[in-house]
Amino acid sequence: MSTANRRVLPGFGLGLGYTMLYLSILVLLPLAACLVKAAELTAGEFWAAVWTPRAVAAYQLTFTVSLVAALINVVLGLIVAWTLVRYEFFGKRLVDALVDVPFALPTAVAGLVYASLYVKDGWLGQFLVPLGFEAAYTRNGIILVLVFTGFPFVVRTVQPVLEELDAETEEAAAVLGANRWQTFRRVILPSLLPPTLTGFTLAFARSIGEYGSVIFISSNMPFKTEIAPVLIVSRLEEFAYKEAAAIAVLLLAFSFVLLVVINILERWSRRYDG
Amino acid sequence: MTANALDTPAPVQTTPPPMRPRQDPWYVRYMLIGLTLLIVGGLVLVPLASVFVQAFSKGVGAYWNNLFNNADTRHAVFLTLVVAPVAVALNTVFGIAAAYTIARFRFPGRTILTTLIDLPFSVSPVVAGLIFVLLFGLQTPAGAWLRDHGYQIIFAPPGLVLATAFVTFPFVARELIPVLEANGADEEMAARSLGATGWQMFWRVTVPNIKWGLLYGVILCNARAMGEFGAIYVVSGRIGGQTDTMPLRVEKLFQEYNQPAAFALASVLTMLALVTLVIKVVVERKMRAQMTRPTEPPA
Amino acid sequence: MLRKMFLVGLVVYVLGAFVWVVASGFARNEQLLNVACDPTRELWHDINAAFVVQHEHDHGVKLRIRQSHGGSGSQARAVIDGLPGDILTLALWTDTDAVRKAGLIEPGWEDKLPNRSLPYTSTIVFVVRKGNPKNVHDWPDLGRADVGVITPNPKTSGNGKWSFLAMWGAITTRGGTEAEALELVTQVYRRVPVLDAAARGATMTFAQKKIGDVHLTWENEAQLEVQEAAGELEIVYPKVSVLAEPHVAIVDAVVDRKGTRATAEAYMKFLYTEEAQEIIAHHYYRPTNPAVKARTADRFPAIELFPATKVGPTWDAIQKRFFAEGGVFDQIYATGK
Repeated sequence: MSTANRRVLPGFGLGLGYTMLYLSILVLLPLAACLVKAAELTAGEFWAAVWTPRAVAAYQLTFTVSLVAALINVVLGLIVAWTLVRYEFFGKRLVDALVDVPFALPTAVAGLVYASLYVKDGWLGQFLVPLGFEAAYTRNGIILVLVFTGFPFVVRTVQPVLEELDAETEEAAAVLGANRWQTFRRVILPSLLPPTLTGFTLAFARSIGEYGSVIFISSNMPFKTEIAPVLIVSRLEEFAYKEAAAIAVLLLAFSFVLLVVINILERWSRRYDG
Repeated sequence: MTANALDTPAPVQTTPPPMRPRQDPWYVRYMLIGLTLLIVGGLVLVPLASVFVQAFSKGVGAYWNNLFNNADTRHAVFLTLVVAPVAVALNTVFGIAAAYTIARFRFPGRTILTTLIDLPFSVSPVVAGLIFVLLFGLQTPAGAWLRDHGYQIIFAPPGLVLATAFVTFPFVARELIPVLEANGADEEMAARSLGATGWQMFWRVTVPNIKWGLLYGVILCNARAMGEFGAIYVVSGRIGGQTDTMPLRVEKLFQEYNQPAAFALASVLTMLALVTLVIKVVVERKMRAQMTRPTEPPA
Repeated sequence: MLRKMFLVGLVVYVLGAFVWVVASGFARNEQLLNVACDPTRELWHDINAAFVVQHEHDHGVKLRIRQSHGGSGSQARAVIDGLPGDILTLALWTDTDAVRKAGLIEPGWEDKLPNRSLPYTSTIVFVVRKGNPKNVHDWPDLGRADVGVITPNPKTSGNGKWSFLAMWGAITTRGGTEAEALELVTQVYRRVPVLDAAARGATMTFAQKKIGDVHLTWENEAQLEVQEAAGELEIVYPKVSVLAEPHVAIVDAVVDRKGTRATAEAYMKFLYTEEAQEIIAHHYYRPTNPAVKARTADRFPAIELFPATKVGPTWDAIQKRFFAEGGVFDQIYATGK
């Protein structure tokens, strides 16, 4: 599979040129506009804009709910991936297809329906609220909806790895006297670690920026349930463009770091592939 | 190379290993299956059912009415069906170009380019909308120039397309890169050595080989494009009957005391999502077949 | 063969869509865009229908009037950013004037239309649950620890600002001190369960999502809300409230560029005709036409209304003191949370 084919295969110039052009116009230029706008602030002003108590509360909230949701997704994702790969049961194909629904479903629909399910007289809320679990308009609701949107990530990164797991290695371990639990801990778990970590980071990154579903179910109160993207829109609507751009830049920087981490994790994960 | 913040990794696998249900104790098995059903049922199935139940809560007649007898709702459907395909088409052309360049050639900056393509995935949709307002708003030089010439980008469909294209930017490219890499350049080089021109090679060899991966990327891109909310919310201006796409219209209907209508429109979006998933499953099967098919040596 | 036809059809469809999108960026001159604050949707729906009929009768042209609704402050921001509104019908003077400051409206806009550009006024009242279980009758009741107030964010919503000013003024115009007013607003806003961006969102929160004990909103929105609730909610008129003055204005930069000035001016004039004033009263906005006002007096309970100027000397001062960056409202949240 040779690839250094500039002399043999045509189209390098055209391909690269168009790619760079489109990338620049649609992605780099607008992002640059954001940086330029934020740069209109002095360093002191920038800091003052992104580090207000309200903003800090928003970052803390965003980070916390995204982390919790991603962790929940690790647990749920592992259970579901394990079951889908290793067991047969009635309706398995349907369940497998349903896992991808959060990817395809518009976030606004997700937010709308989740909010209506968990209010006091919603399908699920009518049972849960008396039990003390208030999802709508609380942090719990945000976590719930983030669990929904991030659900497929861990499942879909773990599944292929689990499927490729060599049956022989497991049997060899059993033959050598390991019980099920030891086999699980020493043989299976280590190879699950990279994809789980990757899935976790993907779900985490997705949750950080999520907007459409959260605004339906959150009360968007400053200091209590205002996530960072909502804060940005708020600042924008208050005519505070530069401050909105500044917070956006901070969010961008953080997401970019996550992106790099994900790329590294994927490369590490690939070393474990057969 | 598996896809990134993209939804599913490209389904590159051989035959799955045999199931070993007997090795896990039966109580473990049943517990896990039960949990799985509970999880998927509660997280996904119940909300899906709820959308349709609430949409039809006032009867089929009202459902039909809500969707077709309201001019603004009709326009929202129309607008989504126009904006999304255009954004997807733009990203598809780009995706093919980028994937071809990255998969077939080695050049300095190749890794950086690949990472840059992923960039929009890590940008919150709200920020995606904000950057276009910052670029084309009236208070910017670009915006003022456009206004003087009577053209409107944000608060009008062109802005909607740009925001949508930004948010769904990487889908097609990320899908095609592994497919092209897996296919190898042999067939293309063979075509060249037999005298094909660049374009002939492209249309007759390259494209047919990637058609399933292309379709896969396109439908994922489209699903996301039709459902985009945050970015559109910021750039649309919410002009009823003019710049409201379906997701925005759902929110507006909800705000106008009209839950059944909001859910009716939401059900249309949900059906589109389900169709996307069905096509996805079919395409995945075709892709798996293509991967395991032995490649023929050039004649 | 079929596949080829399908692909060709798809390409044609996408190309057509592309052309449509590009063309849609050009301004449409045969229509007006009314950029309005949030809760006035139903009002403009009816007024527009009536005006379109009259316009067709006078000019033979079927006019199209588009509406955009959102929080008053948010809408002003959008117009400054380029939302091509011909008409601005926001909730309060500051927001419209912000557009003037950005150069899109000529100075002196207030006096271009009768009655200081006020075809109608309104006020802020309370909406409570059936039977008024929390026994809320006047402004100080809102500060009680067991009362959760629903009202939108003053930074983005006209309703939000008016509620705030009503609260403040209800204390200071009846002999209370500034400190007492500050105490009331602090207590209330610290306990607000949900702070929506605009009026209609707050109505949804209170009426549909059933959050909160008291909803502070426009009189007209309250009436609509109670009607929709079919007995579950009731209106409580406090003894005093603020005189809410939602000015209307023509956006000069836009109408001159689009050439729609004549139509826009006719539209504005229409608002002062008896026909329009009747529609206005029908929707529970207080009409300013004396004849209609007298005719519809029974729709509007007597309530003592004080103007915003009683709270701060000028609008600019009010904005700066209460709602600007670091102002009183920001302070409420900055401390003790």
